[in-house]
Amino acid sequence: MEATTKQKKMRSMKVMRRTTNAIIYVILVVISIIWLFPFFYLIIQSLRGETGNYTNYFFPKKWTFDNYIHLFTNEGYNSGTGKIESLQAYNFMTWYGRTFLIAVVVTIVQTVIVLVTSYALSRMRFKMRKPLMNLMLILGMFPGFMSMTALYFLLQLIGLTQNMSTVGLILVYVGSSCMGYYICKGFFDTIPKSLDEAARIDGASRQLIFFKIILPLSKPIIVYTLLTAFMGPWGDYMFASLIANGNPAYWNVAVGLRDMVQPQTLLTYSDSFQRFCAAGVVVSLPITILFFILQRYYVEGVTGGSVKG
Amino acid sequence: MEKTVSELEYLGLSAWQKFGYNFCAFFRKLPAAFLSIFTVLIPKLARKVWGAIKSFFTTLYNAMVHGDWKTRLAFVVMGSSQLARKQIARGLMFLAFEVLFILYMVCFGGVQLGELSAPDGFVGSHVTAPGGWVNGEWVDRDVGSDSRLVLLYGILTIIFIVAFAYAWYANIKSAYAVQQYQEARQHITTAKEDLNALADSQYHKTLLTGPLIGLTIFTILPIIFMVFLAFTNFDQQHMAPAQRFQWIGWENFKSLFSGGVAFGRVFGKLLLWTVVWAFFATFTNYILGMIVALVINKKGIRLKKLWRTVLIMTVAVPQFVSLLLMSQMFGLYGAINTIFGTHVNWLGGDPTLARFMVILINIWVGIPFTMLMVTGILMNIPADLYESAKIDGAGPVRMYFKITLPYVWHVTTPSLISNFIGNLNNFGVIFLLTGGGPSYTDGKSDPAGQTDLLITWLYKLVMDKNLYGLASVISIMMFLITAVISLIVYNRSKAVKNEEDFM
Repeated sequence: MEATTKQKKMRSMKVMRRTTNAIIYVILVVISIIWLFPFFYLIIQSLRGETGNYTNYFFPKKWTFDNYIHLFTNEGYNSGTGKIESLQAYNFMTWYGRTFLIAVVVTIVQTVIVLVTSYALSRMRFKMRKPLMNLMLILGMFPGFMSMTALYFLLQLIGLTQNMSTVGLILVYVGSSCMGYYICKGFFDTIPKSLDEAARIDGASRQLIFFKIILPLSKPIIVYTLLTAFMGPWGDYMFASLIANGNPAYWNVAVGLRDMVQPQTLLTYSDSFQRFCAAGVVVSLPITILFFILQRYYVEGVTGGSVKG
Repeated sequence: MEKTVSELEYLGLSAWQKFGYNFCAFFRKLPAAFLSIFTVLIPKLARKVWGAIKSFFTTLYNAMVHGDWKTRLAFVVMGSSQLARKQIARGLMFLAFEVLFILYMVCFGGVQLGELSAPDGFVGSHVTAPGGWVNGEWVDRDVGSDSRLVLLYGILTIIFIVAFAYAWYANIKSAYAVQQYQEARQHITTAKEDLNALADSQYHKTLLTGPLIGLTIFTILPIIFMVFLAFTNFDQQHMAPAQRFQWIGWENFKSLFSGGVAFGRVFGKLLLWTVVWAFFATFTNYILGMIVALVINKKGIRLKKLWRTVLIMTVAVPQFVSLLLMSQMFGLYGAINTIFGTHVNWLGGDPTLARFMVILINIWVGIPFTMLMVTGILMNIPADLYESAKIDGAGPVRMYFKITLPYVWHVTTPSLISNFIGNLNNFGVIFLLTGGGPSYTDGKSDPAGQTDLLITWLYKLVMDKNLYGLASVISIMMFLITAVISLIVYNRSKAVKNEEDFM
């Protein structure tokens, strides 16, 4: 008698667990659809053959690569004449190349600066350490945009705005990158201090410890810093638009892509939205692939460095 | 009147009651926390500053009274003490810096400081050049100096003076120290030893010099520039290269706080929405992200890696691409309306709907970040906690409220605070999604829109209206707001206790 009630109870629990799991799977599938839908939409729209920025049906009726070709040849359908014409202002290849160049240089320099700052603040003890950390905390509370206008004047002063804007942008992105030391320092703090002490007893200098002990142990955080440093300038809109001052020749990809979906542009060119989608795919592809290869390190960085103060 | 409960009563409360109690307690203690800035932090800061000033003058006094002639000479000729005591390299460096400074001040610095406030109250002096005939009268052209550059040069000179003052002080300190070493017949370090120390005990100097120079030029200098601009009338009527702007004192601040001026009212409206937005954007992401993480990590759920990877797509694709795409999808003729057969202007029509949508889309953007973070923390929770709870007969719900939630909450508080501050200044989401629209209908708020945050309003004021002076005032106000919020929260949160000695 008693055994059967126990069995019944077990069975009902099993059923309950099954139903909760089933509900959870349904939720997860719905979540996945919501999260993947925009990217799916981006890709199919970039392959749409019909002109007209908006369609009242979902799947394209004609599939084509023309949008990608027009993106790189800087051509578009004028909605007035219905003919392909060259877009004078656009130069996607240049935007892409410049953004890439900036991002690569910034990635390298910024990573070095962040590592170096984090090591000094994590491992060394000196009088100005705490005041310095507080200073950077306070500086970080100023809204970045206003100091950007000042930087713009400064760059104008040394002639790094117009055709030298690449150099100017690199300088600005790199300039205050030591303020991003926080996560990297959090990681360094978790490396046992006893390692340093043992090395110091053996006569190693601070420099040697940095290069021979700390850096080899910091692969995850180095990759994380590289990745985030690359993503910053790759997707920056605010400063890039400010420094370009409305001149399309000096845009980066973010500013260019935003222009493609401005109401005015959409009105003038009937394939602007499709070209935007194509550009979105081209811009996202390298970073997305890179991201998935290095995903493990990114997750380690987010979970490791950000939660230990 | 609020009730306070005793420790024992508190322990008897349910999880939700505890949460409610803490939530109310936070807001009840807010005024006290705000006051503590004045009663605790500022005196603390003042003591620190006073200590620094005292040690500064003590050093000078000691060097003056107890120093020999070589040390005293260092007050006028930098590096003399070191040169006389065979620290040639160090002495020469001090001397060279002094010569450089004097040359700079004589040739440029003095002029630039004078230009900062020209005799007529403008920034930069008035220069005329031959102009032309206007209405039968010869009028000279005003080619006054570029006020922006005058201001920049002035600030650079001030920074240089501060740097020199510091070097002068360091020179005296080192001069007296080297004298004491000599008197005590201790070893005086040679240039080679100094150089070696830069790779060892003084390695932080080697490491930090470059980054700090960058910080000074690219962060501190612009911020000082911005603070100065707040006291000028740099706007459409005083556009810098063509016309000079002038110092107007606190006028900009006044126009922000006098409610009679439309500008002040817009500021109030946008400030309110900015805080509301930051609150909802932060907490919806946090709570929902945590739920998603818990669901994915639940025991017995398969394909964990797949679900996680799906969500990480949002992190991997550049945010501006997904945000611009979203702004199109939710447009009047966008995909969402096509699919559902509706005709709703999600982001540009009804202001309440637009605000709701912005927060909703921000959830889409933000959940993966929270999910990743919480997943990492869940893996770090010691397994024996759960085991002992199981032995004590705790069910899954109980374990969640007693172990998981407190642990996650404790560890993520700092990131929650920084997320909140980040959301106050979240330019990307608002600007790329709605561009600040839909616009206000009262016709007085231009260029601010109904979803504009202070930061996007700032962008428009500068880019469209060229109101640099006013924009600087708003920046300063935003800084003050952020600073006060973070001071209160940092001082109250337990998880950042080791940051307690902040300042």
